[in-house]
Amino acid sequence: MSAPSTTPRAAATNSVWPRLEPLLPQVSKPIQYVGGELGAVVKDWDAATVRWALMYPDAYEVGLPNQGVQILYEVLNELPDTLAERTYAVWPDLENLMRTHGVPQFTVDAHRPVRDFDVFGISFSTELGYTNMLTAIDLASIPMLAADRTDADPVIVAGGHAAFNPEPIADFIDAAVLGDGEEAVLEITAIVREWKAEGSPGGRDELLLRLARTESVYVPRFYDVDYLPDGRIQRVVPNRADVPFRVHKRTTMDLDAWPYPKKPLVPLAETVHERYAVEIFRGCTRGCRFCQAGMITRPVRERSITTVGQMVREGLEFSGFSEVGLLSLSSADHSEIGDMCSGLAEQYAGTNVSLSLPSTRVDAFNIDLAQELSRNGRRTGLTFAPEGGSERIRKVINKMVSKEDLIRTVVTAYSNGWRQVKLYFMCGLPTETDEDVLEIADMAHEVIKAGRAATGSKDIRCTVSIGGFVPKPHTPFQWAAMERPEVIDHRLKILKQAINSDRSLGRAIGYRYHDGEPSLIEGLLSRGDRRVGSVIRKVWENGGRFDGWSEHFSYQRWVQAAAETLPAFGVDLDWYTTRQRDELEVLPWDHLDSGLDKDWLWQDWQDSLSEFEQDDCRWTPCFDCGVCPSMDTEIQIGPTGKKLLPLTPIKGLKTPTP
Amino acid sequence: MRRAAVPIAFSQGFTPHPKISYASAAPTGVASEAEYLEIGLQAPVEPEALRAALDAALSPGLDVLEVVIADGGSLADRIEASHWHIELPEVDTETLRAAVDAFTAADEVLVERMTKQGRRTFDARAAVMSIDVLSPTQTPSGAPAVPCAILELVVRQVTPSVRPDDVLSGLRVVADLEPPVSPRVTRLAQGTLTAQGAIVDPLDADRGGAAIVGH
Repeated sequence: MSAPSTTPRAAATNSVWPRLEPLLPQVSKPIQYVGGELGAVVKDWDAATVRWALMYPDAYEVGLPNQGVQILYEVLNELPDTLAERTYAVWPDLENLMRTHGVPQFTVDAHRPVRDFDVFGISFSTELGYTNMLTAIDLASIPMLAADRTDADPVIVAGGHAAFNPEPIADFIDAAVLGDGEEAVLEITAIVREWKAEGSPGGRDELLLRLARTESVYVPRFYDVDYLPDGRIQRVVPNRADVPFRVHKRTTMDLDAWPYPKKPLVPLAETVHERYAVEIFRGCTRGCRFCQAGMITRPVRERSITTVGQMVREGLEFSGFSEVGLLSLSSADHSEIGDMCSGLAEQYAGTNVSLSLPSTRVDAFNIDLAQELSRNGRRTGLTFAPEGGSERIRKVINKMVSKEDLIRTVVTAYSNGWRQVKLYFMCGLPTETDEDVLEIADMAHEVIKAGRAATGSKDIRCTVSIGGFVPKPHTPFQWAAMERPEVIDHRLKILKQAINSDRSLGRAIGYRYHDGEPSLIEGLLSRGDRRVGSVIRKVWENGGRFDGWSEHFSYQRWVQAAAETLPAFGVDLDWYTTRQRDELEVLPWDHLDSGLDKDWLWQDWQDSLSEFEQDDCRWTPCFDCGVCPSMDTEIQIGPTGKKLLPLTPIKGLKTPTP
Repeated sequence: MRRAAVPIAFSQGFTPHPKISYASAAPTGVASEAEYLEIGLQAPVEPEALRAALDAALSPGLDVLEVVIADGGSLADRIEASHWHIELPEVDTETLRAAVDAFTAADEVLVERMTKQGRRTFDARAAVMSIDVLSPTQTPSGAPAVPCAILELVVRQVTPSVRPDDVLSGLRVVADLEPPVSPRVTRLAQGTLTAQGAIVDPLDADRGGAAIVGH
């Protein structure tokens, strides 16, 4: 009797599986490299004209649940002549074995070498994935610098929020796409298809030129950056005819027309989220000044309650997930969130399906929502984000919630059976003082006191979680100076002491925080220019991998690489991070158009410094941020007045077809 | 379970869990032709319909072969031994035979493995009921291109469990046997033991039959 091969299916053409399989017993969590998930698609290589490799540049367990990649994967694979496969960052144990045994970066779907694909799309939620991108390019045997690539190499396209300033990785990518991906990938596919059908005229250069001419794909090599003697940018200008001065973001309107994911990936390995996630709206105009996502995804576009209901029904049926995540930047703000939650809770009553709202605003959470979310007895975690400890700093960041709101909301949660809530704050915000941060302790103390009074129980807890503020491009804080890590760490220390100053209350409060150092590096990468590419490369050469993981991140490695490479350009780490920019400075991303008017952003920055608040344009008149007229978009919100109908229960077993 | 609409029962408590228990699951990276699990249901279902529904819901390569209604008693109690087939590519049959002879001759072979409780040292010898090197003529399809020694093992279920990799560690301890490439391991059977040392399908008790599998 012979042992059957563990290959999940017959090996595809150009598969590296026969060489990869013997390495897997030697690495941790080998199942993450095997593929074969429910929802995975393997198409015939030769029957496809345009072939995409899609990467989320982090470990499989983080990358697999990523909505962006799942949506694009499905949209592309629905095209008959197009094939899309996924690849993730491999852990150093497998990386080392792959180098020893000559196994290239591969896709998990059919284990094909990434270099064989036409387009290699990488989605960056965070800049901390840059070193993992370099690992993947290198393992794929693709030349590290875009300038050295040939027609035999894929076109490397960056997307995701970090692509709104791709300048630090401009030397390594061939192109970047700003904004929503659904239609962008179709347009890129059409251009590649046509160019190939014509016999690939003009090679790689011509293809990139055609992409650049769309005015929504940024091709860094077609732009020159000139610098002033003091290190600031003088100007960024096209070096080719026909290439636009500014590249515009994409906005997908009418989310009901794009109901993805329809067939969500269900991993065999453990991942960070195991749920059917449906985006209930995109964009946010609450106007929190630190929030890049809220600024670059405007305007608000809701998915209707009926489409959400249909997606949940079909998504659960397909996947078998028992948790539904209603995603958005601030889910309780959907115009029909109440009906949506009660309708879904009713439909799935008694079935062990639980609902979660990952981002819930303090002022939008109420008792009805609390009851619907806990209806079938399972309460998912509740996180509220006041972001700033004092009323003053909340005005600076435009997070308009009062301490009273927060306490009332948290008490509502405690009274409805939650024993634990998480409160999220930031440290290092512009104009922040020690006192602003210390007020977080008062707030947490009062939350516990009020919770104990309301429930008559000592068995309630809250966790205070602190993240470091990182100023981001295309936000009013894009000009702001970062605070030094020593100052941040000091504030975190005195806050801990303040929380524990009352032993009885302090015992009920958990405290989680990140040191200031990783934030400073994130700040370097998010507001960097092309010169920062040399730092990223040096860090990677010195072993930098998985920088989003505290156990892999090395601050010293980044500081040292910056000290070795930046002085040649007359700048340094502080110049990029703790320096405040003035109004007239050319920012590295000024030629990339998020729709926001730079004058409006500057005014909002000034308003922030004078602690002046900005309303939400969904409920008050337009305040001229510039997005809708320049992008030809509009706010799309309900209410539609529709309700979710009860589901007809299905009797008996089902024989699912994949 | 959910995709197949199985009326699975849930544990009571704050976070109810579906009632599924695996008996002696094969370790990661090991193939198996004999895995067993027990599920608790809220309502009766027809076993063959359940088999077909679960088989369709699982990934390719995970096949549900049979479903029987439990006749009481725990499945875990019926797993007394496991039968393993181990292919050792690039290992010479005679070398393996010598190592196995040394292993068999020993009263105790101490090996180390990382467990959830940390690094543990335990005996890999006593639990091994039989360890046979297959002669080259018994290899699957004629003469392989590269030599590949084959080992068949029957190991009693003990605590801590002795797994095929522990026996291979044992061969290293007694005879410095160091396979140049990763061995390919397949579980062929597991179940209750007869007095003669044969493995009986653990579901036999539920079927009321008495077929002997394996040896």
